[in-house]
Amino acid sequence: MKVAEKHRTIERDTLIGKRIPKMDAPEKATGKTRYVHDISLTGQLHGKILRSARIHARILSIDTSAAKALPGVHAVITAFDVPDQRPIGVAKDHLPLKRDRVRSQRDEIAAVAADSEEIAEAALKLIRVEYEDLPVLTDPAEALKDGAPLIHPEPHGADGTHLHLKQGTSIAFTGKPDNIAMRFDYDHGDVAQGEAESDVVVENTFKLHYVTHCCMGVSGIIVEFDASGNLLMYSNTQVPFLHKREFAEYLDMDPARIRIIQPPIGGGFGSKLDIYPFEVICVFLARAAKRPVKMVFSREEEFLASPTRQPVVLTLRSGCRKDGTLTFRQVYTLHDNGAYTSWGATTPFVMMQTFSSLYRVPHCDYHTVAVYTNNPYAGSFRGYGNLQATFAIEQHMDELAEAIGMDPIEFRLKNAQGPGETSGQGMLFKSCGFKECITTVVERSDFARKHRDNIANRDKPGPVKRGIGIASMLHVGGGAKIYPSDGCGTILKLDDFAHVTLITGASEIGQGSETVLSQLVCEELGLPISAVTVVNNDTDITPWDVGVHASRTTFIAGNSAIGAAKKAKAKILAAAAKKFECAEDELELRGGCIVRADSGEALTDLARLMRSLHFSDKAELVMTTHYYEPPSVHQDKGFKGDVSAAYAWAAQVVEVEVDTDTGIVKMTHVTGAHDVGRVLNRLGIEGQIEGGVVMGQGYALTENLLIENGVMRNPNFRDYKLVTAPEIPEMDISFIESMDGEGPQGAKGVGEAPAICIAAATANAIYNATGVRIRELPFTPERVYRALRGQSQPPQWTRSA
Amino acid sequence: MSLKNEINFTLNGVRKHATVGVDMSTLDMLRDVVGLTGTKYGCGEGECGACTVVVDGVSLNSCLMFAVDCDGREVSTIEGLADRPEGERLRDAFVAHGAVQCGFCTPGMMVQASHFLATHPDADAEAIKRGIEGNLCRCTGYKKIVDAIESVGAAAGHGGTQ
Repeated sequence: MKVAEKHRTIERDTLIGKRIPKMDAPEKATGKTRYVHDISLTGQLHGKILRSARIHARILSIDTSAAKALPGVHAVITAFDVPDQRPIGVAKDHLPLKRDRVRSQRDEIAAVAADSEEIAEAALKLIRVEYEDLPVLTDPAEALKDGAPLIHPEPHGADGTHLHLKQGTSIAFTGKPDNIAMRFDYDHGDVAQGEAESDVVVENTFKLHYVTHCCMGVSGIIVEFDASGNLLMYSNTQVPFLHKREFAEYLDMDPARIRIIQPPIGGGFGSKLDIYPFEVICVFLARAAKRPVKMVFSREEEFLASPTRQPVVLTLRSGCRKDGTLTFRQVYTLHDNGAYTSWGATTPFVMMQTFSSLYRVPHCDYHTVAVYTNNPYAGSFRGYGNLQATFAIEQHMDELAEAIGMDPIEFRLKNAQGPGETSGQGMLFKSCGFKECITTVVERSDFARKHRDNIANRDKPGPVKRGIGIASMLHVGGGAKIYPSDGCGTILKLDDFAHVTLITGASEIGQGSETVLSQLVCEELGLPISAVTVVNNDTDITPWDVGVHASRTTFIAGNSAIGAAKKAKAKILAAAAKKFECAEDELELRGGCIVRADSGEALTDLARLMRSLHFSDKAELVMTTHYYEPPSVHQDKGFKGDVSAAYAWAAQVVEVEVDTDTGIVKMTHVTGAHDVGRVLNRLGIEGQIEGGVVMGQGYALTENLLIENGVMRNPNFRDYKLVTAPEIPEMDISFIESMDGEGPQGAKGVGEAPAICIAAATANAIYNATGVRIRELPFTPERVYRALRGQSQPPQWTRSA
Repeated sequence: MSLKNEINFTLNGVRKHATVGVDMSTLDMLRDVVGLTGTKYGCGEGECGACTVVVDGVSLNSCLMFAVDCDGREVSTIEGLADRPEGERLRDAFVAHGAVQCGFCTPGMMVQASHFLATHPDADAEAIKRGIEGNLCRCTGYKKIVDAIESVGAAAGHGGTQ
């Protein structure tokens, strides 16, 4: 940094809203970044897991003797080798290594640590397991019936189920008398009254399918114990501090002896929000082998043993008056929980926000159950239930509008929540650009004309019909107070060269948090982005953060970083004011210098000031800390309360071409408008939205995890179709800057938002093109073709034996 | 367990000798034997493109090529590309256009983009999309990747979109 020249003036400049390249992009682009897959520890072994050969069965015996005898094998473990293992997961219903019973295809039975992956795989083949088949339950509706086989039966003597669990601990799981994993019941108002006041009532059932995250980097972990027994994990987790606490509980260890390092993560999207068996098993292997153990999934294993988005059957009944006023909404959802409970079971928590609060609904009730089956289990996935909820709600809005002969845009605007309103669920919308989102996309896409023309063109000759559809969404944009704290800590230090080290609890999973946080710090300190180094990946160093979820990082970690930077700025200006014998508010930080606020005249450069502080009689270094806790509240038992410090809004218009001869739907254009509070990094936020749109496109059109009798039929990229480059639509993205009063520089969260509306808007576009409404995803050629001809649909998203 | 073969090949312009198993993939050789980890494992089945390398002027999925088949050939990986001027131009374009998020697909995308531009100097955006259709990306939605590649093609005085 140059020494300030005498009388040089520096204009005020800003980084906010600029296109700032992602700080770690150069090393990622050149292959220099070391992901967990690229790290090897000296002496490390390779771990592999034996998974179930059955979908639902009793385990009668496990024989590992031949595997143990194989040269190069250092450890073979089963549940019998780890009698202290405890059930993990959201409902603590999941033993990492199964002992009596397997409940799904992915179930872990044994694990091997060996000198190489090849030897470990060879050893797995030598393990003999005897099973006794149990009835397979794959239909969630069947699972609710009396007499249905129980997935987690309570222990009953001779069976011995669960008796191995450590008794007397608070987390022991002793089974369930039925197949209900979780239930939510919500209401506000009185739906009977709402129905009585309705001129029109519409009821439909919607079916949502299985999809999965498909992070390009497969799951992996490296575990090492040091000589003192301290545990070090190189982990892909999105929630390092929760992970540390939970591992301490599951391993009965002092949390202070657990350190988690997060190498750069090859995609998250919610998939790394829970603890999974492979992570615990890898710890067991390292403990047994007394060597570091690395475990990396194959792509097939990634499909089989990663969480899915929650499949849902959703029945929605709602009404309105002839003047377009919504009167009530009643929702019932049945969730296939799979065999174990992860975050997927809690997605109704987010879904109900859309049911109750996207539009003003005076009367609303919502009941849901997540039921155990022998299917794969559902986790958290970008949008967290909101894609499913929005798919139903936003089709229903079109259907209600049509039923009363009202324009669908006018109908939405009439019922849209506005700034200053509190929803029936108790969410206060301080900043709310919802209506502007709608009017923006309508105008930019020429919605009204196209919508009208497409209907007129339905009966014209030619197989290809054009359609246009809209959908809107509400999502948390200022964190979500689920845990005791929804906060994030920051430690900030300036060195003798005015270089900043920003130590943040916020994890980076590719979304660009390190760049946005650096921008916010630089904005306070008047420094270029190159003046910052970010440390964000080591629980021994970084302060606490609840994790990357709920689109919270920019908002929460951003406010935390600003708080630390403001404290540093105050120290700097106090020192400068003393030195230049003026008031602090007469000075500002610009361009790496202390300047006079009025004239911009540079007085000294910041590095020189830092050194003068450091090398003075009363030596001082500028180091600050800040912990930001958002002003949100925990919801009460009725799920009422202002759970987020801010809310994000969006509307998206999708245009399609439907080939009525083949059923092929081509997504041609997406016009989106997002109330993001304020754009901080235009390059980064565009990337988040474009990526989310295409993820939504995959959900709507191509992605479908096929589960048949509990068996995954397409665990590979050949048969599970991700969208490829030639298929992406033209994208026109607008930002509505509602300048949230609590947000960092006015910004709100946006990570999940762009994926949420696409499937719903596509459904409305297909209807606009063809006059046929399809309430089940995905819109594959076969499904669309059959629907256009009024034929029954092919086998559903899951099939019973 | 497996038979070993001695092979000699050129890796990023440098003569290389390696001992590899007959069933080892080029991807595994690069990562585990040679120690170049820029080439990524994404699927192991030739479906995702994260392991793209160029062998004798042809871009391919290194997970599908046996390491023994590298014998006598010229292999170029992201590490080699990164050191060449065209690699630096592409890197700068990927960075400036926001084409990198989690970054896991990016090395393969870079190698494929470089190869594609070399063989299709007049490619427009639509052609570029087809040129990288074998490379999956879950983060970006591809648009910024296409923009980045197109900008390098245009800067080199080739085609571009009209």
